[in-house]
Amino acid sequence: MRRRYFDHIAATPVHPDVMAAMQPFFGEKFGNPQSLHTDGQTALAGLDGAREKVAALLGAKPEEILLTSSGSESNNFAVKGIAVANQARGRHLVVSAVEHPSVLNPAKSLEKHGFRTTVVPVDRYGRVDPADVEKALTPETILVSVMMANSEVGTIEPVGEIARLCRARNVLVHTDAVAAAGSIPIDVKELDVDALSLAANQFYGPRGAAAVYVRKGVRVLPLIEGGLQEGGRRAGSEDVPAIVGLGRAAALAVERLEARRAEALPLRDRLIAELPRRVERVVLTGHPTERLPHHASFCVEFIEGEAMLLHLDMKGISVSSGSACTSKSLKVSHVLLAMGLDHALAQGSVVFSLVEGTPAEDVDHVLDVFPPIIDRLRTMSPLWTKFLQERT
Amino acid sequence: MYTEKVMDHFQNPRNVGVLADADGVGQVGNPVCGDMMTFYIKVKGHRLADVKFQTFGCGAAIAVSSMVSEMAIGKTLDEAMAITNETVAEELGGLPKNKLHCSNLGADALHAAIQNYKDRQVGFAEPVKEVKEHEAHEEACHCPYCETPIETGDKVFCTACKVSLVECPACGGITKSGEPCLHCGVETKKA
Repeated sequence: MRRRYFDHIAATPVHPDVMAAMQPFFGEKFGNPQSLHTDGQTALAGLDGAREKVAALLGAKPEEILLTSSGSESNNFAVKGIAVANQARGRHLVVSAVEHPSVLNPAKSLEKHGFRTTVVPVDRYGRVDPADVEKALTPETILVSVMMANSEVGTIEPVGEIARLCRARNVLVHTDAVAAAGSIPIDVKELDVDALSLAANQFYGPRGAAAVYVRKGVRVLPLIEGGLQEGGRRAGSEDVPAIVGLGRAAALAVERLEARRAEALPLRDRLIAELPRRVERVVLTGHPTERLPHHASFCVEFIEGEAMLLHLDMKGISVSSGSACTSKSLKVSHVLLAMGLDHALAQGSVVFSLVEGTPAEDVDHVLDVFPPIIDRLRTMSPLWTKFLQERT
Repeated sequence: MYTEKVMDHFQNPRNVGVLADADGVGQVGNPVCGDMMTFYIKVKGHRLADVKFQTFGCGAAIAVSSMVSEMAIGKTLDEAMAITNETVAEELGGLPKNKLHCSNLGADALHAAIQNYKDRQVGFAEPVKEVKEHEAHEEACHCPYCETPIETGDKVFCTACKVSLVECPACGGITKSGEPCLHCGVETKKA
């Protein structure tokens, strides 16, 4: 059976061009970029090239791009590094309720070191109201972190607006663009943010390579101390092949951003229009229009997400869910709860996220197999039986 | 992640349904914690002549319900009461560690149905307890000290950190028994 992959938010396949670009850096160009000899300088050229390509994707200068190992590291570095470096000005942070754990947990752990964090709410679409951010600002506030787009519900946040009002108050802004980079246009100068995280594995690059944009002049302390790699802001021998892959993936994203969007949009919109039409009591989660072009997420009432995921998997379809049972912590998605969904509904979460090259017939296949799966699970659900009894 | 046997019971669950004329009904869990099971039993001459179930929950919860129903049919009430989470998990060839609490639910739901039958026999036919959304707190799904999933009820025990827990009478949160509620400070009773 051919697999049909609808789990972009978990991982994207590495593009063949990216693999080809990485290949020589495992072999003939194996040198350490910190070495002064030719082998080292060849590797350094690969590193510098990648940095330039990431900078080009974001409209940044190469020296403003710091290379890391994952989106989580980038987020940790931005939140902790900026907070600690700027604490003389204040010790208050503002984050949104739907941030990735790699932003929320560093903010939480900073509280043990005397920082205070305000978590701003979101509306039922998962959107932050910039006015709420403004209300949360105090003279002590040094950093606001609101994501570009949410991977669980696809909603795009008004980061530009938030950055504008923070700039007026001299507050630094970080945005976690891991889910957004490579899928929607991002220009750090236009957004006017001070820091931004991205990861290669969300745009057809390898895992193990990510980056943070840190605007020139913004103070940030390293998480990993040691040698003077990355200008002393991140020690450790660089993973050159992965970083070269990140660079090639960034260049591909620049080239293909519009084509990807044009390809994904009609498929996404077909899922959003058709699934709730073919199955009753299915709701779209996230914003209906301000959302990632490849992202269609739903909650199906009266059933649980893991059971749905397993049945879809047996039909060759890979998806994600934010249900408690699919998470390691056995807790339902904090994003869905922050949007005001009740627990039972949030348990029925299912996320379809498209990757490049998905044929339209794969979406047809989903639309065909989804309703009978839901029927089957509902027939077993005491909540569905109760709903039917109460309806008649 | 799951054994072949779990996947078999998940894909082809046995005894799904509702017994309209059940002699006993048991319901445990709630959608807040992720799983909810309702068991229906038909009793003939102290034996379980029929068992049906409905489950809202993950693959493990569905497989556990199916396995419990299969194990229970034909057994005497005493034999069925002896079915435990361990024997269910064992019959399924094991469950992932973080899904073991699902097997507790299955045996509990069956036992609740049998208890309901016994209660009805002595004329004490309490209706099945309905779980209302506002009564169930998400905090009550996990041990507050180590985050291990627990099942709430009268007797709660965290198997990971070996403490007795109680549901706070005021806010429904979970706290070590006999200590002030972690959430609202109200005194809790010693279990």
